[in-house]
Amino acid sequence: MTLIGPLVLAAFLFCVGLYGVMARRNAVLVLMSVELMLNAVNINLVAFQNLKWQDDPVATGQVFALFVVVVAAAEVGVGLAIVFNMFRNRASINIDDADLMRW
Amino acid sequence: MAIDFAAIAPELVLTATAIVVLLVDLVLTGGAKQLVNPLAGIGALVAIGFTLPLWGDDRSTFGGTFVVNDYAVVLKLIFLVSLLAILGISWRYFAESRFFQGEYYFLLLVSFIGMLIMPSARDLLLLFVALETVSIPGFVMAGLRKRDLYSSEAAIKFFLIGVLSVALMLFGISMMYGFTGTTSLSGIAQELGQWGSSPPPLLLASLLLIIVGFGFKISAVPFHFWAPDTYAGSPIPVAAMLAVASKTAGFAGLIAVTFIAFEPFAEVWAPALGVLAIFTMSLGNLVALQQRDMVRLLAWSSVAQAGYMLIPFGLAASGAADVNEAAVQATVFYIAAYTLPNIGAFGVLVAVNRRSGYRSIEDFAGLGARHPFMAMAMTTFLLSLGGAPPTVGLWAKFAIVQAGARAGDTFAYVLLFFLIINSVIAFFYYLKVVWVMWMTEPRDGMEPVTPGVNLSLVTAALVFGTVLLFLLPGLISDATAATDLVAGLS
Repeated sequence: MTLIGPLVLAAFLFCVGLYGVMARRNAVLVLMSVELMLNAVNINLVAFQNLKWQDDPVATGQVFALFVVVVAAAEVGVGLAIVFNMFRNRASINIDDADLMRW
Repeated sequence: MAIDFAAIAPELVLTATAIVVLLVDLVLTGGAKQLVNPLAGIGALVAIGFTLPLWGDDRSTFGGTFVVNDYAVVLKLIFLVSLLAILGISWRYFAESRFFQGEYYFLLLVSFIGMLIMPSARDLLLLFVALETVSIPGFVMAGLRKRDLYSSEAAIKFFLIGVLSVALMLFGISMMYGFTGTTSLSGIAQELGQWGSSPPPLLLASLLLIIVGFGFKISAVPFHFWAPDTYAGSPIPVAAMLAVASKTAGFAGLIAVTFIAFEPFAEVWAPALGVLAIFTMSLGNLVALQQRDMVRLLAWSSVAQAGYMLIPFGLAASGAADVNEAAVQATVFYIAAYTLPNIGAFGVLVAVNRRSGYRSIEDFAGLGARHPFMAMAMTTFLLSLGGAPPTVGLWAKFAIVQAGARAGDTFAYVLLFFLIINSVIAFFYYLKVVWVMWMTEPRDGMEPVTPGVNLSLVTAALVFGTVLLFLLPGLISDATAATDLVAGLS
Protein backbone atom coordinates (compact mmCIF):
# COMPACT_ATOMS: atom_id res chain seq x y z
CA MET A 1 0.00 0.00 0.00
CA THR A 2 1.33 3.40 -0.86
CA LEU A 3 1.34 6.42 1.40
CA ILE A 4 -0.44 8.70 -1.04
CA GLY A 5 -3.95 7.28 -0.54
CA PRO A 6 -4.24 7.81 3.22
CA LEU A 7 -2.57 11.20 2.96
CA VAL A 8 -5.01 12.47 0.34
CA LEU A 9 -7.91 11.18 2.43
CA ALA A 10 -6.53 12.92 5.51
CA ALA A 11 -5.97 16.21 3.68
CA PHE A 12 -9.52 16.03 2.27
CA LEU A 13 -11.03 15.32 5.70
CA PHE A 14 -9.02 18.16 7.22
CA CYS A 15 -10.25 20.62 4.58
CA VAL A 16 -13.86 19.48 5.00
CA GLY A 17 -13.52 19.99 8.74
CA LEU A 18 -11.94 23.43 8.34
CA TYR A 19 -14.72 24.45 5.93
CA GLY A 20 -17.30 23.21 8.41
CA VAL A 21 -15.80 25.28 11.22
CA MET A 22 -15.87 28.40 9.03
CA ALA A 23 -19.28 27.89 7.42
CA ARG A 24 -21.48 26.26 10.06
CA ARG A 25 -23.28 28.42 12.60
CA ASN A 26 -24.63 25.57 14.71
CA ALA A 27 -22.29 24.96 17.66
CA VAL A 28 -22.79 21.17 17.59
CA LEU A 29 -21.95 21.00 13.88
CA VAL A 30 -18.84 23.14 14.49
CA LEU A 31 -17.84 20.62 17.16
CA MET A 32 -18.36 17.76 14.69
CA SER A 33 -16.21 19.56 12.11
CA VAL A 34 -13.39 19.88 14.63
CA GLU A 35 -13.68 16.14 15.24
CA LEU A 36 -13.28 15.56 11.48
CA MET A 37 -10.04 17.56 11.61
CA LEU A 38 -8.79 15.49 14.53
CA ASN A 39 -9.62 12.28 12.64
CA ALA A 40 -7.57 13.54 9.71
CA VAL A 41 -4.69 13.92 12.15
CA ASN A 42 -5.16 10.34 13.33
CA ILE A 43 -5.17 8.97 9.79
CA ASN A 44 -1.96 10.89 9.09
CA LEU A 45 -0.24 9.60 12.21
CA VAL A 46 -1.20 5.96 11.71
CA ALA A 47 -0.39 6.03 7.99
CA PHE A 48 3.04 7.53 8.55
CA GLN A 49 3.74 5.00 11.29
CA ASN A 50 2.71 1.95 9.26
CA LEU A 51 3.92 2.91 5.80
CA LYS A 52 6.97 5.09 6.35
CA TRP A 53 8.45 4.58 9.83
CA GLN A 54 7.75 0.86 10.38
CA ASP A 55 11.01 0.21 12.26
CA ASP A 56 10.18 2.64 15.08
CA PRO A 57 10.38 0.37 18.18
CA VAL A 58 7.95 2.42 20.30
CA ALA A 59 5.32 2.95 17.56
CA THR A 60 5.23 6.72 18.18
CA GLY A 61 2.56 7.46 15.58
CA GLN A 62 0.03 4.94 16.85
CA VAL A 63 0.59 5.91 20.48
CA PHE A 64 0.14 9.56 19.54
CA ALA A 65 -3.12 8.68 17.76
CA LEU A 66 -4.38 7.02 20.96
CA PHE A 67 -3.61 10.18 22.94
CA VAL A 68 -5.42 12.29 20.35
CA VAL A 69 -8.50 10.06 20.65
CA VAL A 70 -8.53 10.34 24.45
CA VAL A 71 -8.03 14.11 24.50
CA ALA A 72 -10.67 14.58 21.79
CA ALA A 73 -13.14 12.66 23.94
CA ALA A 74 -12.37 14.91 26.90
CA GLU A 75 -12.78 18.00 24.72
CA VAL A 76 -16.16 16.85 23.40
CA GLY A 77 -17.34 16.07 26.92
CA VAL A 78 -16.55 19.59 28.09
CA GLY A 79 -17.71 21.13 24.83
CA LEU A 80 -21.15 19.55 24.83
CA ALA A 81 -21.62 20.69 28.43
CA ILE A 82 -20.73 24.27 27.42
CA VAL A 83 -23.07 24.16 24.41
CA PHE A 84 -25.84 22.68 26.57
CA ASN A 85 -25.37 25.44 29.12
CA MET A 86 -25.57 28.06 26.38
CA PHE A 87 -28.78 26.45 25.13
CA ARG A 88 -30.34 26.60 28.59
CA ASN A 89 -29.43 30.28 28.95
CA ARG A 90 -30.59 31.59 25.60
CA ALA A 91 -32.55 28.74 23.91
CA SER A 92 -30.25 28.79 20.89
CA ILE A 93 -27.02 27.10 19.88
CA ASN A 94 -26.35 29.40 16.95
CA ILE A 95 -22.89 30.80 17.58
CA ASP A 96 -23.79 34.06 15.83
CA ASP A 97 -26.25 34.71 18.67
CA ALA A 98 -23.37 34.83 21.14
CA ASP A 99 -22.69 38.49 20.43
CA LEU A 100 -23.18 40.27 23.75
CA MET A 101 -19.54 41.32 23.80
CA ARG A 102 -17.78 43.10 20.97
CA TRP A 103 -14.49 44.97 20.90
CA MET B 1 13.13 2.27 33.21
CA ALA B 2 13.37 3.90 36.59
CA ILE B 3 11.28 7.01 37.21
CA ASP B 4 13.00 9.96 38.86
CA PHE B 5 10.33 10.82 41.41
CA ALA B 6 12.22 13.84 42.75
CA ALA B 7 12.00 15.44 39.30
CA ILE B 8 8.22 15.10 39.10
CA ALA B 9 7.55 15.77 42.81
CA PRO B 10 5.99 19.26 42.29
CA GLU B 11 3.49 17.87 39.79
CA LEU B 12 2.71 14.92 42.07
CA VAL B 13 2.11 17.25 45.03
CA LEU B 14 -0.32 19.41 43.03
CA THR B 15 -2.13 16.29 41.76
CA ALA B 16 -2.57 15.01 45.31
CA THR B 17 -3.74 18.47 46.44
CA ALA B 18 -6.29 18.65 43.63
CA ILE B 19 -7.79 15.30 44.62
CA VAL B 20 -7.81 16.19 48.34
CA VAL B 21 -9.50 19.52 47.54
CA LEU B 22 -12.24 17.77 45.60
CA LEU B 23 -12.83 15.23 48.38
CA VAL B 24 -12.76 17.79 51.22
CA ASP B 25 -15.28 19.90 49.33
CA LEU B 26 -17.69 16.96 49.47
CA VAL B 27 -17.43 16.77 53.27
CA LEU B 28 -17.65 20.48 54.08
CA THR B 29 -20.95 22.32 53.94
CA GLY B 30 -22.08 25.93 53.79
CA GLY B 31 -19.60 28.62 54.81
CA ALA B 32 -16.96 26.04 55.73
CA LYS B 33 -16.47 25.24 52.06
CA GLN B 34 -14.15 28.22 51.70
CA LEU B 35 -11.54 26.31 53.74
CA VAL B 36 -10.53 24.45 50.56
CA ASN B 37 -8.78 27.68 49.51
CA PRO B 38 -6.08 27.59 52.25
CA LEU B 39 -5.80 23.84 51.65
CA ALA B 40 -4.92 24.51 48.01
CA GLY B 41 -2.52 27.23 49.16
CA ILE B 42 -0.72 24.75 51.44
CA GLY B 43 -0.42 22.37 48.49
CA ALA B 44 1.15 25.13 46.40
CA LEU B 45 3.62 25.95 49.21
CA VAL B 46 4.62 22.27 49.53
CA ALA B 47 5.09 22.13 45.76
CA ILE B 48 7.40 25.18 45.98
CA GLY B 49 9.29 23.34 48.72
CA PHE B 50 9.81 20.41 46.35
CA THR B 51 10.76 22.67 43.42
CA LEU B 52 13.50 24.72 45.13
CA PRO B 53 15.89 21.76 45.80
CA LEU B 54 15.82 20.98 42.06
CA TRP B 55 17.72 24.24 41.38
CA GLY B 56 21.13 23.50 39.87
CA ASP B 57 20.23 19.91 39.00
CA ASP B 58 19.99 18.57 35.50
CA ARG B 59 17.52 15.72 35.67
CA SER B 60 15.88 13.81 32.90
CA THR B 61 13.29 11.06 33.17
CA PHE B 62 10.68 9.17 31.11
CA GLY B 63 13.25 8.44 28.43
CA GLY B 64 14.34 12.07 28.09
CA THR B 65 10.85 13.46 27.44
CA PHE B 66 10.70 15.17 30.85
CA VAL B 67 13.68 17.37 31.71
CA VAL B 68 14.19 19.46 34.84
CA ASN B 69 16.92 22.09 34.48
CA ASP B 70 17.28 25.62 35.81
CA TYR B 71 15.09 27.05 33.06
CA ALA B 72 12.26 24.69 34.00
CA VAL B 73 12.70 25.43 37.72
CA VAL B 74 12.47 29.21 37.15
CA LEU B 75 9.24 28.86 35.16
CA LYS B 76 7.78 26.39 37.67
CA LEU B 77 8.44 28.87 40.47
CA ILE B 78 6.75 31.63 38.43
CA PHE B 79 3.71 29.37 37.99
CA LEU B 80 3.53 28.39 41.66
CA VAL B 81 3.87 31.98 42.88
CA SER B 82 1.13 33.08 40.51
CA LEU B 83 -0.99 30.15 41.77
CA LEU B 84 -0.61 31.46 45.34
CA ALA B 85 -1.50 35.01 44.25
CA ILE B 86 -4.54 33.83 42.28
CA LEU B 87 -5.72 31.76 45.25
CA GLY B 88 -5.39 34.91 47.35
CA ILE B 89 -7.56 37.04 45.07
CA SER B 90 -10.07 34.19 44.62
CA TRP B 91 -10.87 33.54 48.27
CA ARG B 92 -13.47 36.15 49.16
CA TYR B 93 -14.70 36.44 45.56
CA PHE B 94 -15.79 32.82 45.46
CA ALA B 95 -16.65 32.48 49.16
CA GLU B 96 -19.23 35.28 48.95
CA SER B 97 -20.82 34.28 45.71
CA ARG B 98 -20.84 30.67 46.96
CA PHE B 99 -20.82 28.90 43.65
CA PHE B 100 -18.88 25.72 42.88
CA GLN B 101 -15.96 26.50 45.18
CA GLY B 102 -14.54 22.98 45.39
CA GLU B 103 -14.88 22.48 41.65
CA TYR B 104 -13.22 25.82 40.93
CA TYR B 105 -10.16 25.10 43.07
CA PHE B 106 -9.91 21.56 41.67
CA LEU B 107 -9.98 22.86 38.08
CA LEU B 108 -7.50 25.61 38.93
CA LEU B 109 -5.03 23.12 40.40
CA VAL B 110 -5.41 20.71 37.46
CA SER B 111 -4.74 23.57 35.06
CA PHE B 112 -1.56 24.43 36.98
CA ILE B 113 -0.38 20.79 36.82
CA GLY B 114 -0.37 21.15 33.03
CA MET B 115 1.55 24.41 33.34
CA LEU B 116 4.22 22.83 35.56
CA ILE B 117 4.72 20.07 32.97
CA MET B 118 5.02 22.54 30.08
CA PRO B 119 8.56 23.92 30.62
CA SER B 120 9.88 20.41 31.29
CA ALA B 121 8.37 18.74 28.23
CA ARG B 122 10.88 17.81 25.53
CA ASP B 123 8.51 15.83 23.31
CA LEU B 124 5.64 17.05 21.12
CA LEU B 125 3.34 14.42 22.65
CA LEU B 126 3.99 15.64 26.20
CA LEU B 127 3.70 19.28 25.09
CA PHE B 128 0.31 18.52 23.52
CA VAL B 129 -0.97 16.73 26.64
CA ALA B 130 0.31 19.54 28.88
CA LEU B 131 -1.35 22.17 26.67
CA GLU B 132 -4.68 20.36 26.86
CA THR B 133 -4.34 19.92 30.63
CA VAL B 134 -4.00 23.70 30.85
CA SER B 135 -6.84 24.45 28.43
CA ILE B 136 -9.69 22.05 29.22
CA PRO B 137 -10.14 23.13 32.88
CA GLY B 138 -9.87 26.71 31.56
CA PHE B 139 -12.92 26.19 29.31
CA VAL B 140 -14.97 25.08 32.30
CA MET B 141 -13.67 27.84 34.58
CA ALA B 142 -14.56 30.52 32.01
CA GLY B 143 -18.16 29.32 32.09
CA LEU B 144 -18.33 28.78 35.84
CA ARG B 145 -21.16 31.28 36.38
CA LYS B 146 -23.66 28.98 34.74
CA ARG B 147 -26.67 31.29 34.79
CA ASP B 148 -24.75 34.29 33.48
CA LEU B 149 -25.14 34.98 29.74
CA TYR B 150 -21.74 36.67 29.55
CA SER B 151 -20.00 33.76 31.24
CA SER B 152 -21.50 31.13 28.96
CA GLU B 153 -20.64 33.26 25.94
CA ALA B 154 -17.05 33.59 27.20
CA ALA B 155 -16.86 29.82 27.61
CA ILE B 156 -18.18 28.98 24.15
CA LYS B 157 -15.89 31.45 22.40
CA PHE B 158 -12.86 30.24 24.33
CA PHE B 159 -13.77 26.60 23.73
CA LEU B 160 -14.37 26.83 19.97
CA ILE B 161 -11.16 28.80 19.39
CA GLY B 162 -9.25 26.48 21.71
CA VAL B 163 -10.25 23.24 19.97
CA LEU B 164 -9.74 24.75 16.52
CA SER B 165 -6.21 25.86 17.41
CA VAL B 166 -5.40 22.43 18.85
CA ALA B 167 -6.69 20.73 15.68
CA LEU B 168 -4.47 22.98 13.52
CA MET B 169 -1.47 22.32 15.75
CA LEU B 170 -2.05 18.55 15.72
CA PHE B 171 -2.19 18.50 11.93
CA GLY B 172 1.15 20.28 11.91
CA ILE B 173 2.55 17.78 14.41
CA SER B 174 1.35 14.80 12.33
CA MET B 175 3.05 16.21 9.20
CA MET B 176 6.18 16.92 11.21
CA TYR B 177 6.18 13.30 12.40
CA GLY B 178 5.83 12.16 8.80
CA PHE B 179 8.87 14.19 7.77
CA THR B 180 11.14 13.38 10.71
CA GLY B 181 9.92 10.06 12.14
CA THR B 182 10.18 11.30 15.71
CA THR B 183 8.33 13.54 18.14
CA SER B 184 11.25 14.30 20.46
CA LEU B 185 12.26 17.95 20.17
CA SER B 186 16.01 17.34 19.91
CA GLY B 187 15.39 14.51 17.43
CA ILE B 188 13.35 16.86 15.25
CA ALA B 189 16.15 19.46 15.42
CA GLN B 190 18.65 16.86 14.18
CA GLU B 191 16.43 15.73 11.32
CA LEU B 192 15.56 19.27 10.27
CA GLY B 193 19.26 20.17 10.20
CA GLN B 194 19.72 17.68 7.35
CA TRP B 195 17.29 19.49 5.05
CA GLY B 196 19.73 22.35 4.71
CA SER B 197 18.66 25.54 3.01
CA SER B 198 15.95 24.13 0.72
CA PRO B 199 13.23 22.59 2.88
CA PRO B 200 10.05 21.42 1.13
CA PRO B 201 7.15 23.91 1.46
CA LEU B 202 4.98 21.32 3.22
CA LEU B 203 7.58 21.04 5.99
CA LEU B 204 7.51 24.80 6.50
CA ALA B 205 3.70 24.75 6.49
CA SER B 206 3.60 22.14 9.25
CA LEU B 207 6.16 24.15 11.24
CA LEU B 208 3.99 27.26 10.96
CA LEU B 209 0.82 25.30 11.88
CA ILE B 210 2.47 24.20 15.14
CA ILE B 211 3.50 27.80 15.90
CA VAL B 212 -0.04 29.02 15.11
CA GLY B 213 -1.42 26.56 17.68
CA PHE B 214 0.66 28.22 20.38
CA GLY B 215 -0.14 31.66 18.91
CA PHE B 216 -3.77 31.20 19.96
CA LYS B 217 -2.69 30.29 23.48
CA ILE B 218 -0.59 33.45 23.90
CA SER B 219 -3.27 35.55 22.11
CA ALA B 220 -0.95 37.00 19.47
CA VAL B 221 -2.60 39.04 16.71
CA PRO B 222 -4.32 37.74 14.50
CA PHE B 223 -5.26 34.90 16.89
CA HIS B 224 -6.23 37.22 19.74
CA PHE B 225 -9.93 37.95 19.17
CA TRP B 226 -11.18 35.44 21.76
CA ALA B 227 -9.14 36.99 24.56
CA PRO B 228 -11.01 40.22 25.43
CA ASP B 229 -14.45 38.58 25.27
CA THR B 230 -13.33 35.59 27.30
CA TYR B 231 -11.62 37.70 29.97
CA ALA B 232 -14.59 40.05 30.23
CA GLY B 233 -17.14 37.24 30.61
CA SER B 234 -15.21 35.01 33.00
CA PRO B 235 -15.12 35.48 36.77
CA ILE B 236 -12.32 38.02 37.41
CA PRO B 237 -9.85 35.64 39.16
CA VAL B 238 -10.24 33.27 36.18
CA ALA B 239 -9.46 36.18 33.84
CA ALA B 240 -6.31 36.81 35.89
CA MET B 241 -5.35 33.15 35.53
CA LEU B 242 -5.93 33.21 31.75
CA ALA B 243 -4.07 36.49 31.28
CA VAL B 244 -1.03 35.51 33.30
CA ALA B 245 -0.50 31.82 33.95
CA SER B 246 -2.12 30.32 30.87
CA LYS B 247 -0.29 32.83 28.64
CA THR B 248 3.03 32.02 30.34
CA ALA B 249 2.39 28.32 29.70
CA GLY B 250 1.83 29.11 26.02
CA PHE B 251 5.15 30.96 25.94
CA ALA B 252 6.93 28.06 27.64
CA GLY B 253 5.63 25.72 24.93
CA LEU B 254 6.49 28.18 22.17
CA ILE B 255 10.05 28.56 23.50
CA ALA B 256 10.45 24.78 23.58
CA VAL B 257 9.28 24.16 20.01
CA THR B 258 10.98 27.16 18.41
CA PHE B 259 14.32 27.39 20.19
CA ILE B 260 14.90 23.63 20.53
CA ALA B 261 13.05 21.74 17.81
CA PHE B 262 12.87 24.30 14.97
CA GLU B 263 16.18 25.99 15.72
CA PRO B 264 17.70 25.00 12.31
CA PHE B 265 14.91 26.91 10.56
CA ALA B 266 15.13 30.08 12.66
CA GLU B 267 15.49 32.09 9.43
CA VAL B 268 11.90 31.10 8.61
CA TRP B 269 10.05 31.54 11.88
CA ALA B 270 12.02 34.38 13.47
CA PRO B 271 10.93 37.08 10.96
CA ALA B 272 7.37 35.71 11.01
CA LEU B 273 7.17 35.93 14.81
CA GLY B 274 8.88 39.34 14.74
CA VAL B 275 6.20 40.72 12.41
CA LEU B 276 3.52 39.14 14.61
CA ALA B 277 5.12 40.90 17.59
CA ILE B 278 4.84 44.28 15.85
CA PHE B 279 1.17 43.72 14.96
CA THR B 280 0.35 42.30 18.39
CA MET B 281 1.73 45.17 20.43
CA SER B 282 0.47 47.89 18.08
CA LEU B 283 -3.08 46.58 17.77
CA GLY B 284 -3.29 45.67 21.46
CA ASN B 285 -2.26 49.15 22.54
CA LEU B 286 -4.38 51.05 20.00
CA VAL B 287 -7.56 49.16 20.90
CA ALA B 288 -6.81 49.37 24.62
CA LEU B 289 -6.84 53.17 24.26
CA GLN B 290 -10.56 53.10 23.50
CA GLN B 291 -11.74 50.75 26.24
CA ARG B 292 -14.11 51.86 28.98
CA ASP B 293 -14.41 48.51 30.78
CA MET B 294 -11.47 47.88 33.09
CA VAL B 295 -11.33 44.10 32.40
CA ARG B 296 -11.28 44.69 28.66
CA LEU B 297 -8.59 47.33 29.11
CA LEU B 298 -6.44 44.82 30.99
CA ALA B 299 -7.26 42.17 28.37
CA TRP B 300 -6.07 44.34 25.48
CA SER B 301 -3.09 45.42 27.54
CA SER B 302 -2.22 41.74 28.03
CA VAL B 303 -2.46 41.26 24.24
CA ALA B 304 0.03 44.11 23.86
CA GLN B 305 2.28 42.61 26.55
CA ALA B 306 2.31 39.33 24.60
CA GLY B 307 3.65 41.39 21.70
CA TYR B 308 6.54 42.66 23.83
CA MET B 309 7.30 39.08 24.91
CA LEU B 310 7.34 37.97 21.27
CA ILE B 311 10.05 40.48 20.31
CA PRO B 312 12.95 38.24 21.45
CA PHE B 313 11.59 35.46 19.22
CA GLY B 314 12.09 37.76 16.25
CA LEU B 315 15.78 38.10 17.14
CA ALA B 316 16.60 34.39 16.95
CA ALA B 317 19.03 33.05 14.37
CA SER B 318 19.99 29.45 13.71
CA GLY B 319 23.43 28.52 14.96
CA ALA B 320 23.88 31.74 16.96
CA ALA B 321 23.66 30.16 20.41
CA ASP B 322 24.52 33.34 22.33
CA VAL B 323 21.83 35.45 20.62
CA ASN B 324 19.20 32.73 21.16
CA GLU B 325 20.28 32.39 24.79
CA ALA B 326 19.89 36.13 25.35
CA ALA B 327 16.49 36.07 23.61
CA VAL B 328 15.12 33.26 25.81
CA GLN B 329 16.44 34.94 28.94
CA ALA B 330 14.81 38.25 27.98
CA THR B 331 11.46 36.52 27.44
CA VAL B 332 11.63 34.65 30.74
CA PHE B 333 12.64 37.81 32.60
CA TYR B 334 9.78 39.74 31.00
CA ILE B 335 7.31 36.99 31.94
CA ALA B 336 8.51 37.03 35.54
CA ALA B 337 8.26 40.82 35.69
CA TYR B 338 4.80 40.82 34.08
CA THR B 339 3.29 38.21 36.39
CA LEU B 340 3.30 40.19 39.65
CA PRO B 341 1.74 43.51 38.50
CA ASN B 342 -0.82 41.90 36.22
CA ILE B 343 -2.23 39.59 38.90
CA GLY B 344 -2.12 42.58 41.23
CA ALA B 345 -4.15 44.75 38.84
CA PHE B 346 -6.80 42.04 38.63
CA GLY B 347 -6.68 41.79 42.43
CA VAL B 348 -7.49 45.49 42.85
CA LEU B 349 -10.26 45.04 40.30
CA VAL B 350 -11.69 42.21 42.44
CA ALA B 351 -11.58 44.50 45.48
CA VAL B 352 -13.49 47.25 43.67
CA ASN B 353 -15.87 44.90 41.89
CA ARG B 354 -16.67 42.29 44.55
CA ARG B 355 -19.62 43.86 46.36
CA SER B 356 -20.67 46.52 43.91
CA GLY B 357 -20.18 44.95 40.50
CA TYR B 358 -18.28 48.08 39.42
CA ARG B 359 -16.00 47.43 36.47
CA SER B 360 -15.81 50.47 34.20
CA ILE B 361 -13.00 53.02 34.40
CA GLU B 362 -15.40 55.72 35.70
CA ASP B 363 -16.10 53.49 38.69
CA PHE B 364 -12.48 54.02 39.72
CA ALA B 365 -13.14 57.76 40.10
CA GLY B 366 -11.81 59.08 43.37
CA LEU B 367 -10.42 55.72 44.46
CA GLY B 368 -7.46 57.66 45.87
CA ALA B 369 -9.83 59.30 48.38
CA ARG B 370 -12.10 56.30 48.95
CA HIS B 371 -9.38 53.71 49.52
CA PRO B 372 -5.86 55.17 49.26
CA PHE B 373 -4.07 51.85 49.67
CA MET B 374 -5.86 50.16 46.75
CA ALA B 375 -5.35 53.26 44.58
CA MET B 376 -1.66 53.31 45.46
CA ALA B 377 -1.36 49.60 44.65
CA MET B 378 -3.18 50.00 41.31
CA THR B 379 -0.89 52.93 40.42
CA THR B 380 2.19 50.80 41.10
CA PHE B 381 0.88 47.91 39.03
CA LEU B 382 -0.09 50.09 36.07
CA LEU B 383 3.27 51.88 36.13
CA SER B 384 4.99 48.50 36.13
CA LEU B 385 2.90 47.26 33.19
CA GLY B 386 3.84 50.45 31.35
CA GLY B 387 7.50 50.10 32.30
CA ALA B 388 8.11 53.16 34.49
CA PRO B 389 10.23 53.41 37.63
CA PRO B 390 10.09 52.58 40.51
CA THR B 391 8.85 49.19 39.34
CA VAL B 392 10.27 46.04 37.82
CA GLY B 393 8.56 46.75 34.50
CA LEU B 394 11.38 49.16 33.63
CA TRP B 395 14.03 46.41 33.82
CA ALA B 396 11.79 44.06 31.84
CA LYS B 397 11.79 46.49 28.92
CA PHE B 398 15.55 46.92 29.36
CA ALA B 399 16.06 43.16 29.16
CA ILE B 400 14.38 43.09 25.76
CA VAL B 401 16.38 46.10 24.52
CA GLN B 402 19.56 44.38 25.71
CA ALA B 403 18.69 41.19 23.81
CA GLY B 404 17.93 43.29 20.72
CA ALA B 405 21.28 45.05 20.95
CA ARG B 406 22.98 41.65 21.25
CA ALA B 407 21.38 40.54 17.97
CA GLY B 408 22.30 43.89 16.44
CA ASP B 409 20.83 43.54 12.93
CA THR B 410 18.46 45.96 11.19
CA PHE B 411 15.34 43.93 11.97
CA ALA B 412 16.26 43.96 15.67
CA TYR B 413 16.38 47.77 15.64
CA VAL B 414 13.04 47.95 13.82
CA LEU B 415 11.54 45.76 16.55
CA LEU B 416 13.04 47.93 19.29
CA PHE B 417 11.72 51.06 17.55
CA PHE B 418 8.18 49.62 17.71
CA LEU B 419 8.76 48.59 21.33
CA ILE B 420 9.55 52.19 22.29
CA ILE B 421 6.67 53.71 20.27
CA ASN B 422 4.26 51.27 21.85
CA SER B 423 5.56 51.84 25.36
CA VAL B 424 4.68 55.52 24.88
CA ILE B 425 1.20 54.74 23.54
CA ALA B 426 0.59 52.35 26.45
CA PHE B 427 1.22 55.12 28.97
CA PHE B 428 -1.80 57.03 27.63
CA TYR B 429 -4.27 54.46 28.86
CA TYR B 430 -2.38 53.33 31.95
CA LEU B 431 -2.03 56.93 33.11
CA LYS B 432 -5.65 57.69 32.21
CA VAL B 433 -6.71 55.19 34.86
CA VAL B 434 -4.22 56.68 37.33
CA TRP B 435 -5.60 60.16 36.57
CA VAL B 436 -9.20 58.98 37.09
CA MET B 437 -8.25 57.40 40.42
CA TRP B 438 -6.43 60.37 41.94
CA MET B 439 -7.70 63.49 40.16
CA THR B 440 -11.45 63.05 39.77
CA GLU B 441 -14.22 63.25 42.34
CA PRO B 442 -16.16 60.08 43.19
CA ARG B 443 -19.83 59.99 42.21
CA ASP B 444 -22.38 60.43 44.98
CA GLY B 445 -23.53 57.28 46.73
CA MET B 446 -20.77 54.97 45.56
CA GLU B 447 -20.41 51.69 47.38
CA PRO B 448 -17.44 51.59 49.78
CA VAL B 449 -14.41 49.51 48.77
CA THR B 450 -14.02 46.64 51.24
CA PRO B 451 -11.19 44.40 50.08
CA GLY B 452 -10.97 42.23 53.20
CA VAL B 453 -7.83 40.98 54.92
CA ASN B 454 -6.69 38.32 52.43
CA LEU B 455 -6.95 40.50 49.38
CA SER B 456 -5.18 43.38 51.14
CA LEU B 457 -2.32 41.09 52.16
CA VAL B 458 -1.95 39.62 48.67
CA THR B 459 -2.06 43.08 47.09
CA ALA B 460 0.50 44.40 49.58
CA ALA B 461 2.78 41.42 48.85
CA LEU B 462 2.51 42.01 45.11
CA VAL B 463 3.24 45.75 45.49
CA PHE B 464 6.21 44.86 47.68
CA GLY B 465 7.45 42.35 45.09
CA THR B 466 7.03 44.80 42.22
CA VAL B 467 9.05 47.50 43.98
CA LEU B 468 11.59 45.10 45.52
CA LEU B 469 12.44 43.67 42.13
CA PHE B 470 13.03 47.22 40.88
CA LEU B 471 15.60 47.73 43.64
CA LEU B 472 17.09 44.24 43.34
CA PRO B 473 16.43 42.98 39.78
CA GLY B 474 19.29 40.54 40.33
CA LEU B 475 16.89 38.33 42.30
CA ILE B 476 15.34 37.11 39.06
CA SER B 477 17.84 38.24 36.43
CA ASP B 478 20.60 36.16 38.03
CA ALA B 479 18.26 33.20 37.99
CA THR B 480 17.19 33.71 34.37
CA ALA B 481 20.80 34.35 33.32
CA ALA B 482 21.75 30.99 34.80
CA THR B 483 19.18 29.14 32.72
CA ASP B 484 20.98 27.67 29.76
CA LEU B 485 18.07 26.31 27.77
CA VAL B 486 19.80 26.38 24.42
CA ALA B 487 23.19 25.24 25.65
CA GLY B 488 21.57 22.45 27.66
CA LEU B 489 19.97 21.09 24.51
CA SER B 490 19.70 17.37 23.70
